[in-house]
Amino acid sequence: MAVGKEIKNKIGSFENMQKITSAMQMVAASKMRRTQDRMREGKPYAERIRQVIGHLANSSPEYRHIYMETRDVERVGYIVISTDRGLCGGLNINLFRPLVKEMAEWHAKGIEVDLGLLGNKAADFFRSVGGNIVAAVRNVGESPSLSDLIGGIKVMFDAYEEGAVDRLFICSNEFVNTMTQKPTIRQLLPLSPEEGEAYRHRWDYIYEPDARQLIEGLVVRYIESQVYQAVVENSACEQAAKMMAMKAATENAETLIDELTLIYNNARQAAITQEIAEIVGGAAAV
Amino acid sequence: MATIHCDIVSAETEIFSGQVTMVSATGTVGELGILPGHAPLLTGLRPGPVQLRLESGEEEVFFASGGFLEVQPGMVTILADTAARAEDLDEAAAVEAREAAERALSEQAADFDFSVAAAQLAEAMAQQRTLDELRKRRR
Repeated sequence: MAVGKEIKNKIGSFENMQKITSAMQMVAASKMRRTQDRMREGKPYAERIRQVIGHLANSSPEYRHIYMETRDVERVGYIVISTDRGLCGGLNINLFRPLVKEMAEWHAKGIEVDLGLLGNKAADFFRSVGGNIVAAVRNVGESPSLSDLIGGIKVMFDAYEEGAVDRLFICSNEFVNTMTQKPTIRQLLPLSPEEGEAYRHRWDYIYEPDARQLIEGLVVRYIESQVYQAVVENSACEQAAKMMAMKAATENAETLIDELTLIYNNARQAAITQEIAEIVGGAAAV
Repeated sequence: MATIHCDIVSAETEIFSGQVTMVSATGTVGELGILPGHAPLLTGLRPGPVQLRLESGEEEVFFASGGFLEVQPGMVTILADTAARAEDLDEAAAVEAREAAERALSEQAADFDFSVAAAQLAEAMAQQRTLDELRKRRR
């Protein structure tokens, strides 16, 4: 019976699509577990060092590192962390949207914005949207090395040290849970003090051996850990978002297949009924 | 008894978090003992054992391969480059690493990097020191 050939074909192609998306969902799920582990391992260190730096910014140290000086803003820098590949729902675009808005606000105040980009998606997006890209690292990969990351965007920190850029922000996705990823923009430099009433009075650390050497070592460690952690967290977000997107795609394919099957059965039944009616009509005429 | 909160984290994981009555560690300028009420302090760490005395009076020994130590009122944070529980250290590996480093130092091959070898030796010796400390405590 030739009825519904087109519908049958369509159902077949949706089934193939569904197979692919459900396979991708499973791949993302297993990768997510790995990336999440990596994120969890690094998190305590990144948080503690942020705390220590917060304390340090609050104190009145004998040696003030250039990263601790707050300058008048004439130019700001953003380090944007994105994924290498798509098919992860609105993850990247949700991150870029608030960033583009902030950039517009800076421009309205006559302040220039520099961008340091990590990941293919950010590089593609800002190349078409526009923006002053000073550094872009493509193909970050799933387990990037610290030196690759820092090396690629070192120009941003150099610019800050030279005084060309007065604020440096890092823009990445925060992993809340598998369902939710929150785009965040955090100030990296100058170091922002930890909130808290207890530290209002002037105080300083005892340094052993030497304030300058210690603080320099510590801020370098801080920057590295913050950038690395942000990249690792973003890749956990990527896999989670990918898994959810592929799950939704698989379910959508399922509903489409159901609908088409219904239409196909209707058409088939109608054809049979019509054929019977024709035979009966023909018999009656004889 | 007065206590102080202590966190030990390394780049890979959180090793310890809890209330202690005393922390002792190897700073870049020498051994440090920190009791509750210590003034704010920031120091580098050398490879070596970190000993904690818990509220129960028990002692725990960790190994830190260097990093930073911060003292704030009521809390001590140790940011170690790598850290491990002393029990997890492998004695045989530590001895072997030490011997290899000593050999490298005495032979000095063509592609020899003195500072790297010296750092390796220091770390291996610090691991052994940590294990000795642990053994003393067990006795």
